[in-house]
Amino acid sequence: MYKYDAIDRQLVTERVEQFRDQVSRWQSGELTGDEFRPLRLQNGLYVQRHAPMLRVAVPYAMMNTAQLRKLAFVARTYDKGYGHFTTRHNMQFNWPKIEDCPDILAHLAEVEMHAIQTSGNCIRNVTTDQFAGVAADEIIDPRPLAEILRQWSTFHPEFAFLPRKFKIAISGTKEDRAVTWFHDIGLQLQVLNGEIGFRVIVGGGLGRTPIRGQIVREFLPWQHILTYCEAILRVYNRQGRRDNAYKARIKILVQALGVEEFAKQVEAEWAHLKDGPATLTQAEYDRITAHFSAPAYERADDIELPSEKAFARWVHRSTHPHKVAGYTAVTLSLKQHGIAPGDITADQMDLVADLADRYSFGELRISHEQNIILADVKQSELYAVWQAAKAGGLATPNVGLLTGIICCPGGDFCDLANAKSIPIANAIQARFDNLDYLFDIGEIDLNISGCMNACGHHHVGHIGVLGVDKNDSEFYQVTLGGRQGNEAKLGKVIGPSFSADEMPDVVEKIIKVYLENRHPDERFLDTFDRIGIDPFKNRAYEGRAHGKAKAAQKEAA
Amino acid sequence: MAQLIKNNAVAVDTWKTLELAEGETPEAVALPEGDIIFPFAVWQARKAEIISRYKRIGLLLQPDEPVEEIAVDLDYFIVVALNFPKFVDGRAYSSASLLRQRYHYQGELRAVGDVLHDQLFFMQRVGFDSYALKDGKNAVYALEAGFSSFSDSYQTSTSQAQPHFRRRA
Repeated sequence: MYKYDAIDRQLVTERVEQFRDQVSRWQSGELTGDEFRPLRLQNGLYVQRHAPMLRVAVPYAMMNTAQLRKLAFVARTYDKGYGHFTTRHNMQFNWPKIEDCPDILAHLAEVEMHAIQTSGNCIRNVTTDQFAGVAADEIIDPRPLAEILRQWSTFHPEFAFLPRKFKIAISGTKEDRAVTWFHDIGLQLQVLNGEIGFRVIVGGGLGRTPIRGQIVREFLPWQHILTYCEAILRVYNRQGRRDNAYKARIKILVQALGVEEFAKQVEAEWAHLKDGPATLTQAEYDRITAHFSAPAYERADDIELPSEKAFARWVHRSTHPHKVAGYTAVTLSLKQHGIAPGDITADQMDLVADLADRYSFGELRISHEQNIILADVKQSELYAVWQAAKAGGLATPNVGLLTGIICCPGGDFCDLANAKSIPIANAIQARFDNLDYLFDIGEIDLNISGCMNACGHHHVGHIGVLGVDKNDSEFYQVTLGGRQGNEAKLGKVIGPSFSADEMPDVVEKIIKVYLENRHPDERFLDTFDRIGIDPFKNRAYEGRAHGKAKAAQKEAA
Repeated sequence: MAQLIKNNAVAVDTWKTLELAEGETPEAVALPEGDIIFPFAVWQARKAEIISRYKRIGLLLQPDEPVEEIAVDLDYFIVVALNFPKFVDGRAYSSASLLRQRYHYQGELRAVGDVLHDQLFFMQRVGFDSYALKDGKNAVYALEAGFSSFSDSYQTSTSQAQPHFRRRA
């Protein structure tokens, strides 16, 4: 993975000192709260419901074991012994003290980590596919360009105060695993006539106004990645709305102008920047690419694995095809039933670091599904990895299944949330705790967000759950049919929202409709696409009082 | 009063910005004597008169007033002031970049409005060379620390035309 050189180290160290100075000027009253707020946000520091929250970047998902052990140290020393992986390649600490944050950042800088631009109205952490570099369906490894984008976006002087936050995702595989259709900029790497380049998608996003991105340019050679992004950002910085935070994302600008006009303006801007000094050089591409060279794989053949049922189940759910024979990418589930999805204790972090050191060349990745990936495990060592992971609560065989829920921290922690999300996830996990049943249901994405900001990506869940606030009570709106990937689309709302208590029943009814209607080999989504939303809707609301009856019921209560 | 930072020092500001009182129009407002920074609307309405009456001319642009509109006039200006109505409004960073890099404006480029210590580094990089630091802020400390937050940068900008990757030994 990428290793810092002199300038990277220098900038991160200087950032720590800058932030230390800002905290101290805020404490002395020299900086007002309003003046300090955007500064702390650009260092990932929120003030939350119970305490501050610090969001640490894991650029394009890559981590080494020294970094993970450092996160464990921070969790033990400055937090309550755990951390939370988000849906955008970050780790969040929920309980640090503001005055400790400069020291925490100094500790992180020692292992080449930071919290730069993990929040605020600036270019955020660049994200990609968790299987980058090892996936069997990879066309081009996106990580070198992701690192180049990281450097370019870090302290970009023109784009530090955008109308709103700005997220870039880049993927280089046949099957998109980076949600590129739902980012401010989505870049899909491809090869055209032997030339490496990418398709540029702009104006996608989930959140309050979920919109699928649109293609602004079908193909652009890789050398132009920075100048083209610069052109997009400049058009946005100048014209994006600043009068209303809810209408300030680039997706609103693209909708207002129309994608043709937006593309025209970007191309006009780019004409001035094209082939300028920010054009990437082969030397720079090669220099960065060298950091991502393949580890020293041994010669191994694909092997027959032990047939023990529990192990076989875990292998079925937790391994991903690797481009090197005899190896596999292993996903460690952070979705143990009853635990907040994405949470990991300091002890688990140490265990994962040990496993990565022993079995996966000392590196790991995190996924936007909030799991951990050991990308280079020899198949002959899978059994040992499974046993150790199981002992640490990291081998629940539910990756891609109903209880492998993507879930934001929700109302238990987050100040923005309308409703709690973790208890809903846990209640659904408790309902579907039987592994035979879970496996019979098969592949299904259930995503939960505690508010319309959609950190839990509910719009692209096959089943999406959104927390809403109605008259100071928490309710949940259900969507069906959303999906990520190449055919990414938004789910449809099935009807009026449900109370928290109703949610496990609602999910169970939806699952029953699927099980009753499925053809052999149909996944949930296939059945849904074939029979449509109505049978699900009808079952979910069956016997449920509505209209006058509901009013009467309320009256009686 | 804002404190003017220029040439690495606190400087005396000889310029006055023409402000339109309630009911005054760009077409009719009286043009005062001295070194005046004119709002864009006054410049548009009274360009010929201003050029004939003043040897030294300043211009004030709001963030929504596109630099393209004054690109051909830049030789008239000793000072172009770009306003930050709020420090989180980042449009003037693009205006400054365009003025310097695309239209090759060589005169003084001044940041005015909600100008604070922690944005000086970025302002300098996009091409500002004078800063009307907000009243009540510590200008001495701003001079000492505000411009040197980082000792190098990755990207191209007005102050550094070459990206770091082209400057590697």
